[in-house]
Parts: sequence; structure tokens; C-alpha cells
Amino acid sequence: MKSPFWRRFTRNKGAVAGMAVLLAVVVVALLGPWIATNDPWGMVQQPFLRPWTEPGFALGTDTLGRDILSGMIYGARISLLIGAVSTVVALLIGITLGAVAGYFGGLVDAALMRFTEIFQAVPSFALAIVLVAIFQPSVGSIVTAIAIVSWPPVARLVRSEFLTLRQRDFVQAALLAGQSTPRIILTQILPNAMSPIIVMASLMVATAILLESSLSFLGLGDPNQMSWGYMVGSARTVLRQAWWMALFPGLAIVLTVLALNLVGEGLSDGLNTRLDGRTK
Amino acid sequence: MKRLQFMLTRVLQGLLAIVLIATVNFMLVRAAPGDPVSVLAGEAGASDPQFVAQLRTQFGLDQPITTQLATYLGKVVTLDLGFSYRQQQPVLKLIMDRLPATLLLTGSAFVLSLLFGVTLGALSARRAGTWVDSAITVVALIFYATPLYWLALMAVLVFTVQLAWLPGFGFSTVGSGLTGFALAWDIAQHLLLPALTLALFYMAVYARMTRAAMLDVAQMDFVKTARAKGVKPGRILRAHVLRNALLPVVTLAGIQAGGMIGGAVLTETVFAWPGIGRLMFDALLQRDYSLLLGSFLVTAAMAVLFNLITDLVYTLVDPRIEL
Repeated sequence: MKSPFWRRFTRNKGAVAGMAVLLAVVVVALLGPWIATNDPWGMVQQPFLRPWTEPGFALGTDTLGRDILSGMIYGARISLLIGAVSTVVALLIGITLGAVAGYFGGLVDAALMRFTEIFQAVPSFALAIVLVAIFQPSVGSIVTAIAIVSWPPVARLVRSEFLTLRQRDFVQAALLAGQSTPRIILTQILPNAMSPIIVMASLMVATAILLESSLSFLGLGDPNQMSWGYMVGSARTVLRQAWWMALFPGLAIVLTVLALNLVGEGLSDGLNTRLDGRTK
Repeated sequence: MKRLQFMLTRVLQGLLAIVLIATVNFMLVRAAPGDPVSVLAGEAGASDPQFVAQLRTQFGLDQPITTQLATYLGKVVTLDLGFSYRQQQPVLKLIMDRLPATLLLTGSAFVLSLLFGVTLGALSARRAGTWVDSAITVVALIFYATPLYWLALMAVLVFTVQLAWLPGFGFSTVGSGLTGFALAWDIAQHLLLPALTLALFYMAVYARMTRAAMLDVAQMDFVKTARAKGVKPGRILRAHVLRNALLPVVTLAGIQAGGMIGGAVLTETVFAWPGIGRLMFDALLQRDYSLLLGSFLVTAAMAVLFNLITDLVYTLVDPRIEL
């Protein structure tokens, strides 16, 4: 027996393909140290080794003779880690502010939304660059910077959900029953607002991975972590001699981000009960 | 009268945003690990104690923090963004030298992305459910998932290294001595690849949005009325559906235009395009924080300005909007 959610999700073929790719990336990330044949930083072969020329170095080596495939396997770990953690942090900020604004309304709402609008007006990538540069690149500063630039859309979404749900009868009933405000927000309204938040979260992970890779491309990655963006960035100056160094890590980013976007669309279909009974 | 009041409120909000961004900038320098002097002057300042002490007085760092903030904001208002010790030039001059190149790049990318995005989105909506629609949707999805800088590198690889059709580096041919129309043509050739790669991501966004908005509008009553009146399908699509579907796209485009300047950091880095983005990248490499923060402030101010312009244009274009 398939649940209605899965029936709607699997009807979207792109979402199923995306889910498969995403699972593969997750498995690679989890098993990283066991399946990577080389230390991603180790200079293990001659530099500028072309792909498919030497057994054990399927995707060749980079300018320093480091194994590209092993680097990509380790890169999957850091990409997914930063994507997931920064999304969680952004959700925490966005849900808190959005819930407070939407639930209390009035002046609190007006003040919080002005604040959010101003934040949204700032070019997010430029702000992320400045934050990471000032606080020195590390996993912590990168996660913080991505979270800081990603929360405003969450706050706006949660606020609008809360504004409508706040008027519903079950909230009035909870109020009459004497439930405390935090309890109503957390156990009555928030669970009912979860569907669009989940969809947005999956898309945010994708955006966060793109942001992280762009930061490390510019040399703002954590210097202790091999990442896809760093690999493309260090291949930039030797592009004419060594196309493979930039091509493969970039493909990994495209595939992962694409998969996440497709899964997001599938989640949106799956959580949309109005799609039920409609044939496609 | 109401419109004037609305415009004034928006302008005030924009100014407030810029003041807040400047304040954040100010706090960032103080929050940075290490001495603010070394942050402002770059690493060079840290070595000689006497130089550091002199800088401390010069920057007013021996004064209370509120005074420092007031001084800083006062400087921002008079467009004094500090001095780049690395490049031995005022930050504002460095930025102003680079501004035209960035405006040319982002402006072209903006026009290209709207033009292609709306066209593809409209085509997709018109042929909804056919292979044309699917193909456009897939292409948009892929560009939406592709990192800007990687797309730029791949474009250089194909069109410059392999095919040698277009230059992949710089603003114009160095030392060519071209003038007038020949120079414009030379710059246009250099501009094409950076502008296209920057545009493709946003093109994907606009295409998806236009498609969704058009399919939405097509369901509305006034479209049914038009159809019932016997208006030709092509005209319904252009005059009734597309015109109304464009409004949300234009709003989004105004917001994205600011983001585009941020994205330009990546394109300009790959193509060595001499704009503010490249300036920010160089500032990063040299740890020239006063230049970095100055560029950020100007970028953010430009984004606020773009949003403001879109808002104003929007209310003029769509008279239904309640002010």
C-alpha cells in the first residue's frame, strides 16, 4: 500500500529521478572515507594526469597531483553538510521571526517585516562574501553567512501562513481551552504550516550548496575541507591546459543541485492534497 | 498626491536601508577578529607599532564607539568610503573607475535574461504539455542548477579555447588602438560571453515564472470573455495574457537586478572583466577590507536603488495598484 503522499510524489518522474541521484550522493558522502582511494589533499600522482589514463585515477589529477575523484567524494560531504546545517539554521531564524510576526500582528508584525524587507534588499551573495571574509573562512562562518542571507523568504512565508491559520476555528478553540501562546504556536499552528516550509527547505538546501560552492570558488571555503567549488576555483587558471579539473567537480554540483530542485517539486506535488484524483 | 506620498515613503525606506547597511558595515569591522586598525589598513598596518598608533588616531579609534559610528556615517553621507592602503587610492575613486564596466555587464545581462526568459516562458505556456514545453522546462531547470562561475568557465572552454569564436578575457583587446565604432564592436565581442553566462541563470528564473503566471492568467474570466468575443488567439495571448502575466515577473526582476550585481563577482572573476565584482575579488585576495566593505556598500546601495526604481515603474505601469 502506497500512502497518498508517495503516490503523488512518484507520479512526478523528475522527482523520482532526483531522489535517486540525491540518495546516491548521500551514500557517497556517508561512505566517503571508505570509498575514496586517496587522501583528497595527498599529492599521489604526477600533476596534470588526464582522466582515464592511469588505473585508480579515473578522473585524473589536479595541478598538484591530487586525485580528483577522491576530492569529489570528500566534496560531497562538505556540500551536503553545509547545505543541510545552514538550511536548518535559516529555518530556525525564519520560522521564529515569521511566527511571531504572523501570530501577534500589529506593530510587531510591521516592525519585523520592515526588518525582513531591508534584509532582502541587500544582495545576498555580496553580503555572504563580506561576512565570510571578515570572520575568516571556516565551516562555522560559512554556515552562519549562508543562514543569514537565506532566512528572509522563510520568515515571509511563515508569516503569511500564520496570518491565515491564526483566524481558524481550531486556534480559537485552543485559546478558549486556555493553552499558552507558545503551545498554540508550536503545537497548533506550526504543524499546519509545515507543508510549504518543507518544500521551501528542500529548495534552500540546493541554493545553499550553490552559495557554498561559489564562496569556495572565490577562495572563501574552509581551508581544511576539500570542496567542489574550491576544486573548480583552483582549476580556473589552468583551464586551457586541463579542462577535466574544472569539468567534473562542476558536474557534481549541477547534478546535486538539480536533484534537490526536482525533489523539491516532487515534495510540493506530494504535499498538495488538491492534486489528488487529478490524472496527468 | 497619494502617489507622491508613496514615493516619498519608499525613498525614505531606501535611505534607511542604506544607513542600516552602513551601520552593519561599521560593526563588521569591529566584530572582525583582530585589531580594527589591521582590518582597515590591511596586514601592512600591523607590523609597525608607531604606524598603528598613528592610524588609530587617524581613524578615531581612540574615541567612544557611538562617536566613531557617527563619524563613519557622516563620511558615508559625504561619499568618503575610506582609503585603500593596498592600492594607495581612495576607495570611492577605485569603485567609480570600475562602475561603468559593471553597469554595462549587469545591464546587458538584465535585458538579455528578461528578453529570453519571457520569450521562452511565453512559448512554453502557449505550447503547454507539448515537447516544446518540456524541452524549455528541462533547459530552465538545468540552468537554474548550474553554478554561474562553472557555466562561465565551460563557455570559455568551448567558445574561446576550442572554437576560438569569442575572446574570453578582459574588456577590450589590449593595445589595439581601436576607436569609435571599431572599439564598440571590440567591447561588444568581449561582453557577449560574460553577459550571456550571467543572464542564463536569471533567464531560467524568468522563464519559469512567466510560464506559471501566463497559465494562471489564462484561466481568468476576462480571458474567457475575450475568447467569447471572438478575439484572435494570438492577440489574446499578447494583449490579454502576457501583459498581465508580466507584472509579477517585472517585480521579481527588480529584486533580482540587485542580486545580479552580486553574481557579477563570479562572472567578472572568470572573465577578468574590470568591474566592481572583480574589484571585490582582488580586495579579497589582498585582504583589503576597506575596499571590500566599500564595494559592498556601493553594491547594496545600487540594489536598493534598483528596487526603488522597479517599485515606482510598477505603480505607473499598473494603475490598479493601491498605494
